[in-house]
Amino acid sequence: MKGFTIMRRFAAVAFLAAAASGSPALAAGGAEHPKKVAYSFEGPFGQFDKAQLQRGFKVYREVCASCHSMNLVSFRHLGIPGGPFYEKDQPNPNENPYVRTIAAEYQIADVDSETGDAITRPGTPADRFPSPFPNEAAARGSNGGALPPDLSVITKARAGGPDYIYSLLTGYPTPPKGLTVNAGQYYNKYYPGDLAPYWTGDHHSVPKGGFLAMAPPLRPGLVTFDDGTPSTVRNQARDVAAFLAWATEPKMEERKRTGLAVVAYLTLFAGLLYASYRRIWRDVAH
Amino acid sequence: MSGHSTYQPKTGIEKWLDARLPIVRLGYDSFVDYPTPKNLNYWWTFGGVLSVILAVQILTGIVLAMHYVPHVDHAFASVERIMRDVNYGWMLRYVHSNGASMFFLATYIHIFRGIYYGSYKEPREMIWLLGCVLFFLLIATAFMGYVLPWGQMSFHGAVVITNLLGAIPVVGEGITTWLWGGFAVDNPTLNRFFALHYLLPFIIAGVVILHIWALHVPGNNNPVGILIPQDLQRRDTVPFHPYYTVKDGFAIVVFLIMFAVFVFYNPNALGHADNYIPANPLVTPAHIVPEWYLLPFYAILKAVPDKFLGVVAMFASIGALFVLPWLDTSRVRSLRYRPTAKLLFWLFVVTCLGLGWCGAQLPEDMLFTVAENGDGEPMGLNYLWLSRILTALYFGWFAAQLPLGLFERPLPVPPSISAPVLSHAGGDGGDGGASPPSQRGGFAPRPATAQPETRG
Repeated sequence: MKGFTIMRRFAAVAFLAAAASGSPALAAGGAEHPKKVAYSFEGPFGQFDKAQLQRGFKVYREVCASCHSMNLVSFRHLGIPGGPFYEKDQPNPNENPYVRTIAAEYQIADVDSETGDAITRPGTPADRFPSPFPNEAAARGSNGGALPPDLSVITKARAGGPDYIYSLLTGYPTPPKGLTVNAGQYYNKYYPGDLAPYWTGDHHSVPKGGFLAMAPPLRPGLVTFDDGTPSTVRNQARDVAAFLAWATEPKMEERKRTGLAVVAYLTLFAGLLYASYRRIWRDVAH
Repeated sequence: MSGHSTYQPKTGIEKWLDARLPIVRLGYDSFVDYPTPKNLNYWWTFGGVLSVILAVQILTGIVLAMHYVPHVDHAFASVERIMRDVNYGWMLRYVHSNGASMFFLATYIHIFRGIYYGSYKEPREMIWLLGCVLFFLLIATAFMGYVLPWGQMSFHGAVVITNLLGAIPVVGEGITTWLWGGFAVDNPTLNRFFALHYLLPFIIAGVVILHIWALHVPGNNNPVGILIPQDLQRRDTVPFHPYYTVKDGFAIVVFLIMFAVFVFYNPNALGHADNYIPANPLVTPAHIVPEWYLLPFYAILKAVPDKFLGVVAMFASIGALFVLPWLDTSRVRSLRYRPTAKLLFWLFVVTCLGLGWCGAQLPEDMLFTVAENGDGEPMGLNYLWLSRILTALYFGWFAAQLPLGLFERPLPVPPSISAPVLSHAGGDGGDGGASPPSQRGGFAPRPATAQPETRG
């Protein structure tokens, strides 16, 4: 009957989630629907905006990376077509001077092949972005028990994608009166949760959103954009969401380009087949 | 395969081979000269669509298996590595994952077509039974494939579904442990699911051969649903090639366009965001749901309050398909001539779609609220009760087949498929061609067959 208790626990969790996901019946808040942001990479022909990716990378590097890992992304990915530092005359990302410079600015844990000692060495394009914490326990220890999620595939691991990331980063209002916010917790309108237990006001108007352990990470002027883009919280959030969308789907541009050729070819093929069909069947009543 | 073979080996090597292994003859009789009713509509093209998808899934799957690592610590990252670092890996993986959805979409259309036109009825019961076996194998393969990326939905879906077997009295727990290869869903489970996920498609391919073999004995059903009398074979059928190769080909390519739009422009639309979070046994997702194509069965499972009976109901919902040929007592195959059964068919389709919708909802959520009770709790219809009603309707449809055939009064059925065809012949094709002469055997399509006279 172990299975059954697990199922029951699922049901209980699901019930709580129902409370959190905006069921009006339970009068719980749920999360606000993410704000829609216009990005260059939307739609069938959308491509990444290279300048935006570079700004977003700077935000990631100077702000997010102090707590969040990005384990699946290598430095060389920065220089592949569609990437923030791709150069037409540098088809091999490992040779790309920007990529090499960026990689060398990181210290990578390694083992000395002569002595076997643990060392750190400058990164190479083949290295992955190093994690800010040596292990999960260290990450939790530094973040009030919460584990900052890895950002490698974050925009497809959250409903709403880059819109959700933007909304979360800009969604820290002053908590409404009547909402008890514990130390180390921050109220966010877009974070899924159930605030009813912390709400002393009318149970029909529980505020939407939830508590998360991440303090508002962005402030005006926190990151200096080299291209003169005003360093507002919104710009920082929008650009880093675009960068994370790229990190999640670095082959998106290639995918959409290939798709155009595939759909065009198949459409032409379908037209020819339909013409053949009409011709072959022209004498057959059916 | 029915009737005599008309294959004439021409070259020396063909003659040599034909006397020893008549495989060219088999192919010729099955896919070139095979007599096919000339009135098949586009709903009949999904068999061809499914063959293509099976081939696509096997080919992409073999290449993916070369790069995938079936280990709990590496599976998630290896899938993402395929997407990032393997040449065209993103395409292989998105084709394969969306291919599963396409497989089910085409399968459901294929099944509903079989029901609508009575293709399961005598003498085609074996085709139908083999089709049910294929559907069952498809579900098993898709379920195990979904576990392989080892995301949150993979893991917790596997936990929920394998736990179902624990509901079997007495032996349930032992079976579950045996299936897991341990006391929880873990690395041994992932390994065996990978092995089986690689094996089952080849078994499916084998059963597909039997399915087609069984089809070629009585020949295709058709929208009119009558058997074509032997003496009208030549008038009412056309050779499979080129007539149906070109028609199926056109339909397949149109289907592939829709497939491509998903793969290249919306590759994650049919999946769940949670499956891009690496599996964590200690964190249960807020709402565990299967992929869209299994939602109706999930709704039936959840609709029954007792766990074991829920599992029984879920398997019975697929098992009922197996006995459909013997539940249906009607002598008329096509629902074109069975108005009451046609109405019930569409209600059945709506029931299945409704169950799919319920499967994605939380049972306690309200479909509509009429009032609140004293404690401020809503009163009305929740999804649990909606799925109970729909589950009853689902099984009710099967039960209704028995009396329906006995008591309904079908419309008159045409004596031959040419009768209704010729009545609206003017609208089709060019007017330049002559209508087929009505005398027996006079219909001679511009065939690829060398000597149609020798057939039959």
